[in-house]
Amino acid sequence: MDDRNIQFMFWGLATAWGLLAIYVVMLAAREGRLKKQLDSLKRMIEEKQ
Amino acid sequence: MTKNIRLVLGALVGILLLRNLYVILFNLPDEMEQGPVYRIFYYHLPAFFAAILCYITALVASSMYLIKKNLRYDAIAMSATEVGLAFAAVNLTTGMIWGRISWGIWWAWDARLTWALICWLVYFGYLMLRQAIDDPTERAKNSAVLSIFAFVSVAITYKAIEWWRTQHPGPVLSIRTGKQLIDPIMENMLYMNFLALATLAVLMVIIRLNQEEMQRQIDGLRRRAHAI
Repeated sequence: MDDRNIQFMFWGLATAWGLLAIYVVMLAAREGRLKKQLDSLKRMIEEKQ
Repeated sequence: MTKNIRLVLGALVGILLLRNLYVILFNLPDEMEQGPVYRIFYYHLPAFFAAILCYITALVASSMYLIKKNLRYDAIAMSATEVGLAFAAVNLTTGMIWGRISWGIWWAWDARLTWALICWLVYFGYLMLRQAIDDPTERAKNSAVLSIFAFVSVAITYKAIEWWRTQHPGPVLSIRTGKQLIDPIMENMLYMNFLALATLAVLMVIIRLNQEEMQRQIDGLRRRAHAI
């Protein structure tokens, strides 16, 4: 079996894992951003009251 | 409670994915004609079914929203669609890489490939539509209708390999064909990786849904802050 076959298998599996990993990172970043916004809004309201 | 579910699911998904990767790379033999590259199928096919699972969830949640008018269903539909798009992207790109070595081309305007791309674009359009509408109830209503119509493209994509016999390989799973077309060891691995990816999809939908709840809380607090 030629090397290209193994190379393409590697790139196929790496792409599958990579795309899912990118989406997980995006989810984690969004979660962090939302938590920050929520905390700062809660603090702001407490200060105003 | 949700945090515990997320942790348990996360650990389960991690173990399953790593175990499957090990078996795919080191335990399973090469396919007779294709060689090692056929291993891409263990992600290509389960990712497709994980995406379908998400789109079915979006279809049911969108229908429920139109019946019950509860925004929670809208959030479920949106979360499932976004996660479904990620899995459909895995399906499309891994298929292209396999096609490059097996067919000699990255892409063919074959019925299945074309419908899979149309399906991805329609659901991407669903997310774009949501960005364009500010009013939550109007956004939920329009998105729900689009999601229901969009599901037609999922059904056509699924049946495309039976309706039009073109370049894409035909159905191989015994539960669909009723015949054992591939080695049972290979077929079982496809189911095992579907289990792993489907569990990952459920976890991602739960996380995304939780973020939607946080966004609603933020919007509520912003209105309150303006009112004070």
